[in-house]
Amino acid sequence: MTSVTSPSFLLKNAAILGGEPTDIRIADGVIAQIGAGLTADGAEVIEADGLIALPGLVDLHTHLREPGREDAETVETGTRAAALGGFTAVHAMANTDPVADTAGVVEQVWRLGREAGYCDVFPIGAVTVGLKGERLAELGAMADSAARVRIFSDDGHCVSDPLLMRRALEYVKAFDGVIAQHAQDPRLTEGAQMNESELSGRLGLAGWPAVAEEAIIARDCLLTAHVGSRLHVCHVSTAGSVEIVRDAKRKGWNVTAEACPHHLLLTDELAATYNPIYKVNPPLRSAADVEALRAGLADGTIDIVATDHAPHPHEDKDCEWAAAAFGMLGLETALSIVQHAMVDTGLLDWEGVAERLSYAPARIGRVADHGRPIEVGAPANLALYDPAATRTIDAAESASLSRNTPYAGMELPGRIEATFLRGRPTVLDGKLYSLDGKVA
Amino acid sequence: MKRHLLSAADLTRDDAELVLTTAAELRSLADRPIKKLPALRGRTVVNLFFEDSTRTRISFEAAAKRLSADVINFAAKGSSLSKGESLKDTALTLEAMGADAVVIRHSASGAPHRLAHSGWVRSSVVNAGDGTHEHPTQALLDAFTLWRHLGESKPSGLEGRRVAIVGDVLHSRVARSNALLLQTLGVDVTLVGPPTLLPVGVESWGVDTSYDLDAVLPKVDAVMMLRVQRERMQGGFFPTPREYSRRYGLDGRRMATLQDHTIVMHPGPMVRGMEITADVADSDRSVIVEQVTNGVAVRMAVLYLLLGGSENPE
Amino acid sequence: MPAAPSAQMGRTVLDARDIARALTRISHEILERNKGAGDLVLLGIPRRGVPLAHRIAARISSVEEYDVPVGSLDITMYRDDLRMKPARTLMHTEIPGDGIDGKVVVLVDDVLYSGRTIRAALDALNDVGRPRAVQLAVLVDRGHRELPIRADFVGKNLPTSVAERVSVRLSELDDDGDADSVSIVVPAPEDNGGTA
Repeated sequence: MTSVTSPSFLLKNAAILGGEPTDIRIADGVIAQIGAGLTADGAEVIEADGLIALPGLVDLHTHLREPGREDAETVETGTRAAALGGFTAVHAMANTDPVADTAGVVEQVWRLGREAGYCDVFPIGAVTVGLKGERLAELGAMADSAARVRIFSDDGHCVSDPLLMRRALEYVKAFDGVIAQHAQDPRLTEGAQMNESELSGRLGLAGWPAVAEEAIIARDCLLTAHVGSRLHVCHVSTAGSVEIVRDAKRKGWNVTAEACPHHLLLTDELAATYNPIYKVNPPLRSAADVEALRAGLADGTIDIVATDHAPHPHEDKDCEWAAAAFGMLGLETALSIVQHAMVDTGLLDWEGVAERLSYAPARIGRVADHGRPIEVGAPANLALYDPAATRTIDAAESASLSRNTPYAGMELPGRIEATFLRGRPTVLDGKLYSLDGKVA
Repeated sequence: MKRHLLSAADLTRDDAELVLTTAAELRSLADRPIKKLPALRGRTVVNLFFEDSTRTRISFEAAAKRLSADVINFAAKGSSLSKGESLKDTALTLEAMGADAVVIRHSASGAPHRLAHSGWVRSSVVNAGDGTHEHPTQALLDAFTLWRHLGESKPSGLEGRRVAIVGDVLHSRVARSNALLLQTLGVDVTLVGPPTLLPVGVESWGVDTSYDLDAVLPKVDAVMMLRVQRERMQGGFFPTPREYSRRYGLDGRRMATLQDHTIVMHPGPMVRGMEITADVADSDRSVIVEQVTNGVAVRMAVLYLLLGGSENPE
Repeated sequence: MPAAPSAQMGRTVLDARDIARALTRISHEILERNKGAGDLVLLGIPRRGVPLAHRIAARISSVEEYDVPVGSLDITMYRDDLRMKPARTLMHTEIPGDGIDGKVVVLVDDVLYSGRTIRAALDALNDVGRPRAVQLAVLVDRGHRELPIRADFVGKNLPTSVAERVSVRLSELDDDGDADSVSIVVPAPEDNGGTA
């Protein structure tokens, strides 16, 4: 199959959320029919034996780098990677150049996403002008723009000024927004390179203490409760952070939290290689932290998995540790990591995966047409996933413009076989298809 | 010995003792009319210094030249950290020159490790100090100096000896390498400094730690004073230089509490009046000048043991 | 050369008494050739040349009532096969206090074989000073020279095949038995033959 133009598809024997195999008819962009033994009736038939049907994944934390760093990633290449990872929606972080702190920039990113057509792109607006943490950006203008921004974040920087954070939390209540905080106390992490531990002391790399993250999260939870707003905590990485969020939820505060795939799998021991492919913000933590994150994700303390997909050109990683950029790719491997860390370990079933990678992120981001259960009448945003497949990650095969995956050479379970965005396949047979229905 | 010397942890006890005994033989070269040996004839040693350190560079240069190696000094002004030529491009240049060994000094911890393991060069890599990580040849010359004074020049002669390393352990590559190497040689090491200048997790290094210099001094066979760098004085690690000196400086009064045989060491350059007073630095106990002499012999030993034989033994 | 296992002790060609006699003869020859011990310096080549040099010196001083300076000269870094094996452990070099300039240096070694060790020793000597003359004393000359080198004083000429190994044991160094001996060993096939 080199091109698809069919308006309708019949997915034969797909296991919805890992349940009993059934047939799913997609027509006119919506799920038209679900049931065993459906006939083709002119639809293009896709054999889905052994495949799990999941709602299209929604990423709340993606760096698409456009505008400004098109050498690392563009909206088009980033959304290609997203589609191959089973995503139908991604939220593009604001730390572009220029910063997405005005309606103009967020609309540009939003439009680029639509033009590329691989995945819906929902821009995240900066909380403060230029991510400088000094004064609020025009949050309302971004909310009212065509991009309809609901998530605001200075990600990469912490909104560390408590008064500014309070004002931001209060202000976004007017349009049901949420502040996604990059929790990192700047003073406690000056020059920080890796998790502060016995190992950082031995390696002579400046330590990044867990308390630098936990202190900000605790403060922000208290502020959120005080002003009655909505807080989302980005990339929770420590056991202490999980405990703080758990406590805030127990108190009924409106706090949500995300964990990244790499923090569910990799540990700070990897820094001993001095290979900056493992350099990320927040840093890889201890095995005990990984365990706590998995437990928190399993019991719902951590609401979602978000990739923090952070492409960097080769030269920004092919250097000494201290000179290298923070961040790693994530879109194409996220589901496999979640299967490996959460499903294969019995911590989460596929229903739980759908909740944490689709329903919950869509709810937090107030995205109406994504993150809906696979039901008749719902927009046909879904992914077919083969959990029995195994693949060895080859950085050179990534659809991203960048190659900074920490999983290169690792064997991971699972493969996305197909992704549908509003009934149109963006991925079929593991291959990308562009808007015009041709193999991309 | 491994092919690279990146960390003092790369050295087994046998390796370390071999370096010491080899250095002892090579040290006598200084007394001969022709201070040269042919062992590394035709080999090229590159001194790649991203950070100024005339002392260490000269020491390595003398060591390589006394072994008849060709020496290329490459002072890379401004590392990739300051957006100059990248470490990788520099490495590729050296590879093209046919370097057999690269002696690297760099402000980034782990830079020598990167150079050795990224496939950029095939040569042996010797760490001449990386960031706040390690400085293994300094530790070897310190161990050699200790060994000559306290070890009766027997390979295992340092077993059970006690050494205090005093000062800014947190930022000291010398302290890290010494803590590793001296333990390998059977020395009981005590790290002494204010709590703010001892690294997180230091309790798992297998060494003793103390905040109280006066309690430690009478028990040790050697005291190694670390330099307090000027930039730390503004970093809030201790209230004032004066208070630091009072609590952790080695002065005449404290020196009087040492045992008769105890020696005083300093890797240099010293900040006289800060961590060590002039009367201590210039006293009979001080072996600071000898440390410099021993540095050449130890670096000769390292270069000989890394480069003197074949890469692929039969 | 490490101590050979007893199963390979082989054929003894010199026992302790033979060795003592040979060294005594060499000592006298050295004195005769040089008309006394006045300018002599004995330098043993580690390892087994060193105790041999000391034994010869003792014999000379008992005859001449004069202490001949003795030292050792490590040739490791001057070997022509340095690059063919992992870096070798250095042996001790000790040049007597008055140096070797203008002296008659007698190099002492246990076995003379290819001559490469002596070539290296001559190079090493060159970096130490300028002797008036250099002579060579060996306990055993087993032949098979690969360089134009010959010994001035020989304890015993020992015809050997290349496959054989000459094992010299001296009480100062080989503490498994107190007797001195020189024996010829035919090594097992995987062993590579030949000292010196």
